[in-house]
Amino acid sequence: MEQFDYVVLGASHAGLEALRAIRAHDSDGSIAVLDREARLPVSPTVLPYVVSGKRRQDRIALRERGWFDDLRVDYRQQAHAAALDSAHSRLRLADGSEIGYGKLLLATGAAPAVPPIAGLSDVRFHVLRTLDDALALREAGRSAGRAVVLGAGLVGMHAAENLARAGARVTIIEMRDQVLPGYFDATAAARIQAAFHDNGVEVLTGRRVASVAPRAGGCTVQLDGGEPCDANLLLVAAGVRPEVSYLAGSGVTVERGVVVDAFMRSTAANVWAAGDVVQTPSFFGDATPAGGILPDAVEQGRTAGMSMAGDPGVRAYPGGVSLNTYGFFGRRALSVGRDAPQQGGADWEVLVRGGEGSDAYLKIVLRDGRLQGVFGVDVLFDPGIMWELILRRVELGARAKALLENPQDAARALMSGLWR
Amino acid sequence: MSATPTIAFDAARCDGCGHCMNACVSAKSSDAHRAQPRIQILRDDESGRWGIAQCRQCGDPRCASVCPAAALEKGDDGIVAWDGKRCVNCLICTAGCTFGGIAFSPAEGHVVKCDQCEGAPQCVAACTRGALRYVTTATLYNRWGELEDLFVPGLGGCQGCNTELIMRHTLRRVGSNTVLATPPGCIPGMGSVGYNGMLGCKVPVFHPLLTNTASMLTGIRRQYKRKGRNVTALALAGDGGAGDVGFQSLSGAAERGEQILFICVDNEGYMNTGAQRSGSTTYGAWTATTPIGESARGKTQDAKNLPLLMMWHGCEYVATASTAFMEDFYAKLEAALDASQRGFAYLHLYSPCTSGWRFPSASNIEVARKAVETNFAVLWDYRRDQGLKLSRDIDAPLPVTEYLKLLGKFRHLDATQIAHIERHVAEQEQVLRELAAMHPRERRQVVGHQSDLMAVDLDQ
Repeated sequence: MEQFDYVVLGASHAGLEALRAIRAHDSDGSIAVLDREARLPVSPTVLPYVVSGKRRQDRIALRERGWFDDLRVDYRQQAHAAALDSAHSRLRLADGSEIGYGKLLLATGAAPAVPPIAGLSDVRFHVLRTLDDALALREAGRSAGRAVVLGAGLVGMHAAENLARAGARVTIIEMRDQVLPGYFDATAAARIQAAFHDNGVEVLTGRRVASVAPRAGGCTVQLDGGEPCDANLLLVAAGVRPEVSYLAGSGVTVERGVVVDAFMRSTAANVWAAGDVVQTPSFFGDATPAGGILPDAVEQGRTAGMSMAGDPGVRAYPGGVSLNTYGFFGRRALSVGRDAPQQGGADWEVLVRGGEGSDAYLKIVLRDGRLQGVFGVDVLFDPGIMWELILRRVELGARAKALLENPQDAARALMSGLWR
Repeated sequence: MSATPTIAFDAARCDGCGHCMNACVSAKSSDAHRAQPRIQILRDDESGRWGIAQCRQCGDPRCASVCPAAALEKGDDGIVAWDGKRCVNCLICTAGCTFGGIAFSPAEGHVVKCDQCEGAPQCVAACTRGALRYVTTATLYNRWGELEDLFVPGLGGCQGCNTELIMRHTLRRVGSNTVLATPPGCIPGMGSVGYNGMLGCKVPVFHPLLTNTASMLTGIRRQYKRKGRNVTALALAGDGGAGDVGFQSLSGAAERGEQILFICVDNEGYMNTGAQRSGSTTYGAWTATTPIGESARGKTQDAKNLPLLMMWHGCEYVATASTAFMEDFYAKLEAALDASQRGFAYLHLYSPCTSGWRFPSASNIEVARKAVETNFAVLWDYRRDQGLKLSRDIDAPLPVTEYLKLLGKFRHLDATQIAHIERHVAEQEQVLRELAAMHPRERRQVVGHQSDLMAVDLDQ
């Protein structure tokens, strides 16, 4: 049986960052990274640009092979983990071989969630998570006359825009009552939705799909209590679920994802987890959605890698903060942190500028004078600085007004002083 | 990964004139578009201070870690480079940066960031107040790092002592064609001559008496010369071995113009043997032999100015240096080494003593810096043909008390003693100012011999 000091499952953002963090502290330990894919690693985030044709598929690899060689990492493609035996620190792969590890990182990410819709398994539909998915969708999009997208999250919205640009008539169906729920409030979402409307994309919110049935050249989507909708192309973009199938009986506790502590340790000895496979705790300690955020996956990967290598510089992972940069029809929307709850109380303060018909929309959410969230459409600011201000629980005091006026400059001036 | 140059910002010197931003716009604009400045100077109205948003060229750039398209990469030149052919405009890099160092430019249609203008940052050139500095010290450290370390890996210095830094960096540059003399003091105590019959360095090293270091080096240098070999005769001595007990041989060798590089590491006392006073100990300072009691209040005499005494010998080269100003030190070491091939070269290094001066071991460089910034230790150099030049502006020093208060050996000082030290510092300052004025010089001056190696802005 092969044996490595470190084994990393998955070569996307969390896994790659962990490799770097491990090697930064442990120059000698043997490391293997096992990737399911048969090609160099590709970020799911870049796939919409492959679908749109903006980037060729041979120009999007996150790392070249030489990068792994330089780090002296044994990089293996098409290596599927089939089962984990954490009691004996052993992994069984799909080809039957076994690998022993000193320390193991689970960074297997997530797979598209397929909602329980009657008839869905009988029709051909697309998802968008891997490069193969993207290539298939790009091919289908060229000839799709009529496309239906299930889900108005970032993946669905991005894909819908690309399909529309490719000439398809597109309908987005979202069961919540706004687009991009969880990322933006209703006002911001309305601005974004209007842009889709202006570009000929139909957006149906607050609607569910009752069933799907095959028909010649595509399928028919039956809306709950409404008319049927024919489609040549059906894209299911209803979120993701952690890729944990190989963890059954492994001793690793899985809830909505792998359960980890502040150093990304799972409940099994010598097993860490990071990225989309993890049930990410919210920084705010509430039910705010967390996880599925690229920069967050990198932080988790670094924390896990440093912890695995025993790097004394490791710091506890502070918890996830929602963070999105979204471009649509040449415009930009940014969101960082959380919105105020419905019944917030006196400690919450919400500052807004730009209602309907204005050039830009900006919303700043404070609690006890500390930044909780910033949401902007057609307003630029530095999400990274806002993130840091939230994590540091910086009291904004009188600066809140300046922040609403000019979020980019005010936050930069404040942050610059904090760095000294 | 090696260290690389950086652009440093001093908020206290910035008045928000905006010249840096304009220079950046000019440098980065093309016929097609007006560029967004890659440096932003912004006022925080609450604190009344100016802040900066500019790429720090992080050693571990998070913008690159989070980029889903591998469009950002830290190069060997230290620059985090942006590749427009790979960028997909997702702006996730702007979520990875906490400095505002990479931002979307609507006019240009993509994210933009500082690239330090290929080693000649225009923003720095445009700054007239010294608020922006292009710090290339890292390049020097890298260059020094490539030279062979000629001391053993472990030297037994006190925690936080800067003498190991001085020893290693000096011998790296001076090189292996050297005979090294280390008279009694901290330096052999740290292991330069080795232990148990094993040498502490890779060059011939010997342990003269405190009194005869320069005499012995004289003989060695002359004997090698007679045999047709040109070796560097190097002394690494303390202030006692140089200026007190060893002074007659030092003075004689300097006066005769022997071809020697003599480096004095001045920790203001006999620290190796339990912190006794020396001729370099400051007035008022506590030492084991100038104790604090009912009547005694520390040393009652002023320190003699050893480097000035050496200058009056008419040496080939004399300079003072500090480990808080390494570029300056390197330049002077270069000049001294060169001068030692023609005559006597004397380099005086201020070396705060963590144990004997009583300050935290982490503060050595800060103490050294404050000594210079208060004019307690003035940096200058002297060449026989050019006279004395100040290495830094000494006209706006910090109060001397900013230095004194860092050190336990001055804790007992009363107002009269502080006034005495301040007066002494002012007198020394004035002497040096007048000496420097005897040889007018340009405002900006290259210090040292190897102008290609390091140009130091003396007005910093």
